[in-house]
Amino acid sequence: MVTLTVNGERREVEVPLEMPLLWVLRDVLGLTGTKFGCGIAQCGACTVHLDGKPVRSCLLPVSAIGARTITTIEAIGNTPNGAKVQKAWLDLEVIQCGYCQSGQIMSATALLDSTPHPDDADIDAAMAGNICRCGTYVRIRQAIKRAAGETASS
Amino acid sequence: MSGKRRDTPAVHLPGHEPVASLSRRGFMGLAAGTAFVFGFYVPPRRISQAAERASFAPNAFIRIDRQDNVTLIMPQVEMGQGTYTSISMVLAEELDADWSRVRPEHAPADEKNYANPDLSIQATGNSNSVRAWWKPLRQAGASTRACFVEAAARAWGVTAEECRAENSTVIHDRTGRRASYGSLVDRAAAIEPPKNAPLKNIDAFRLIGRSLKRLDTPEKTNGKATYGIDVMPPGVKFATLAASPVLGGKVVRVDDKRAKTIPGVQQIVVLDDLVAVVGDHMWAAKCGLEALDITWDDGPNGEVSSEVIWSRLRTASLRDGAVAKEAGDVATALRPGAAAGEVISATYEMPLLAHACMEPMNCTVHVTPNSAEAWIGTQVLERVHAAVAKGAGLSESQVTVHNHLLGGGFGRRLEPDMALSAARIAKRVEGPVKVVWTREEDIRHDIYRPAYHDFLWARLEGDRITAWKHRVSGSAVMARFLPAFFQKGVDPDGVDSAQNIPYDIPNLRVEFNQEEPPGVVTGFWRGVGPNNNVFAIESFIDELAHKAGKDPIAFRRAHLDKTPRLQAALDLVREKSGWGTPLPPHCGRGVSAQTSFASFIACVVECEVGEAGDVKLRRVTTAVDTGVAVNPDTIVAQLQGGHIYSLSAALWEEVTLEKGRVQQSNFNDYRVLRIDETPPIEVHVIKSREAPGGIGETGSTAALPALRNAIYAATGVPLRRMPIDRKLISRSNRA
Repeated sequence: MVTLTVNGERREVEVPLEMPLLWVLRDVLGLTGTKFGCGIAQCGACTVHLDGKPVRSCLLPVSAIGARTITTIEAIGNTPNGAKVQKAWLDLEVIQCGYCQSGQIMSATALLDSTPHPDDADIDAAMAGNICRCGTYVRIRQAIKRAAGETASS
Repeated sequence: MSGKRRDTPAVHLPGHEPVASLSRRGFMGLAAGTAFVFGFYVPPRRISQAAERASFAPNAFIRIDRQDNVTLIMPQVEMGQGTYTSISMVLAEELDADWSRVRPEHAPADEKNYANPDLSIQATGNSNSVRAWWKPLRQAGASTRACFVEAAARAWGVTAEECRAENSTVIHDRTGRRASYGSLVDRAAAIEPPKNAPLKNIDAFRLIGRSLKRLDTPEKTNGKATYGIDVMPPGVKFATLAASPVLGGKVVRVDDKRAKTIPGVQQIVVLDDLVAVVGDHMWAAKCGLEALDITWDDGPNGEVSSEVIWSRLRTASLRDGAVAKEAGDVATALRPGAAAGEVISATYEMPLLAHACMEPMNCTVHVTPNSAEAWIGTQVLERVHAAVAKGAGLSESQVTVHNHLLGGGFGRRLEPDMALSAARIAKRVEGPVKVVWTREEDIRHDIYRPAYHDFLWARLEGDRITAWKHRVSGSAVMARFLPAFFQKGVDPDGVDSAQNIPYDIPNLRVEFNQEEPPGVVTGFWRGVGPNNNVFAIESFIDELAHKAGKDPIAFRRAHLDKTPRLQAALDLVREKSGWGTPLPPHCGRGVSAQTSFASFIACVVECEVGEAGDVKLRRVTTAVDTGVAVNPDTIVAQLQGGHIYSLSAALWEEVTLEKGRVQQSNFNDYRVLRIDETPPIEVHVIKSREAPGGIGETGSTAALPALRNAIYAATGVPLRRMPIDRKLISRSNRA
């Protein structure tokens, strides 16, 4: 039995200890907003926050989480930067198919948490691990800057 | 700006109750039933309370209920291209619907009502959703609107001509009377929808032409959107599979001793050409599959390699092809000494490519002795329906398929193979099973963009091209996909944009040479045939311009007097891209021009080529005339994304084979473009009153040749093959 804190709730799951968090979220807890893209931490679709830091859940064994709290796309809107990123994403109509965007939003939110006014190099460094095949990168960059602007004014 | 509200309220799909089922074409009246609602899982075959609610359903696309909810059934699928919004806009425009009450809903598998008018099957592809449905959906909207107007006029004892409609309300200006569509539902149902209700003049459009917010995106920011891979029927099990690593190979034997000891593994399904492991979750299935010891018989393709494929293709290109287009007398015009100037020839090659949709292939199926139910995101719903029936060993009438949002399509989801294998597996599993491919299976068992070899000849007399021959050799995807369109050896997709080349050349011959590669199945890939042809044509034209000593834009323009819309796009892109202005050392600009998918696009890519031949993308500028722009911001987004898809292919992508096996497996060895490699992309949409053109794929065909030409300008090296060979353009190689 593993105890996890997911989006503020304590959840107990009966799973193998080496099972990656991604599959616990999706297949056991039914939180399907976090996506499977590659399974080898190459695409970023599975990004969630552990104590506010972005991690690739596809390679993270549940046993390694310990007491750290998990935040997924379903609850990121409850954080100030998460809400700003979501809004900027819609204001600039970033999203196309949307499958990678849970991960993009999680990575972008973490970037703003650590770097409130990211420049292009910061954005490249924080977001290069998130692949988008629809090619929304141009708008992702703009939307991060837009969200950062809202951080400054609020 | 930050506090500005979205100009239409985000449509909250989960809160939207299922409404009445679809009426059949020609059926008119009050329909009731259940429906599978967009973005929201409703257990199938359970009649909800909402089913009791009546609605006016005059055709297969529109339902309006007494509460003024406007439900629009989407004959095309949403894979990111924004079609649910564009199609809703086209319908709502002529319907004069209240946009804030519009909700799109996935269509069921139903070829009778939802076959794409241009493709003849229920498919989303070839960038023709708006093009193909522009007239029929406007007509459906106008006809429904006419019913409401007539219903109100009768109630008020006035003529329909005295009434008008806006925002789902019929208005009689003289008396100030107003009636909402919802209040008129019962009266409207008694009126025969007119067949030819007048359509609006373009100038009267209220929705079309505005960059309205997309209807599908709010739920994509918070994890609520449901893709095929997200469905969770009660009791669902999880499976993953290994197909024969060589096409046509078979399972010889499977040792499952270790797999069976893995916690969570429930069942191992062995079929003749694949093995699947079913478990409590994907992790158990994945570990179980890895623990299997499978012995394969590679079959006839065990020795196929990329070398074999290319050698066959190059040999094929030496024979005459089937004639797709013949104008003037090319044979004479290209004969040495037959005219002034010189004959130039070149060959170009495009590799096999994977689609690598972010959502790996998957399908969930529940088979019982006399029924099957499937959940998927697909571009070919009716073909999936047939595939599930086949895989489950049932008749199509026993099968129900539910479509969902697609996590990328790009042509990969024009194939039903993942549904067929899932149904074959599900037939042997108790209860519903979600079959998800690993990324490795997804890359190694794609249905690949064909490899092409193009042979081009031209006579250049001064600065005019007077003769042109283009021989395309490669797969005939249409021969497999829609055989009726493959006539006399010519694949109309294989020669698309070549046989209708925009340049004005008096002697013109275009040939197609079908040469199927062994060991792989080929299919459509964003940009389809034009991807290859625009690359070959625009590369060759650039080399001819160079030979003629002409500026590449001026040279193209001079051959486009009969295509003023493309000339205008070239003029605009010249202005916006800073064409001709000085660049730093080792930098170049390249252009491409095309009329593919009935859109007129000119694209300029600016790049820098480094010491070792590394290519840095500096800037992309595009001008497009795509006719009436239904949702201009979507057009910009599609071009930005299409450019990135294409630049990714140019810089990184190629599928290769060895011993019959695809050598790439995941994003570590099938590299794709990332944000740190992406340049600023500027798109300029030219206002137009012409009928809408296609836009989902044109960005993909445009950027790759423009980049190739930018490298040509920067280095003087005319690349003839994709992806870019950095060795050829490295400074040491050029010195």
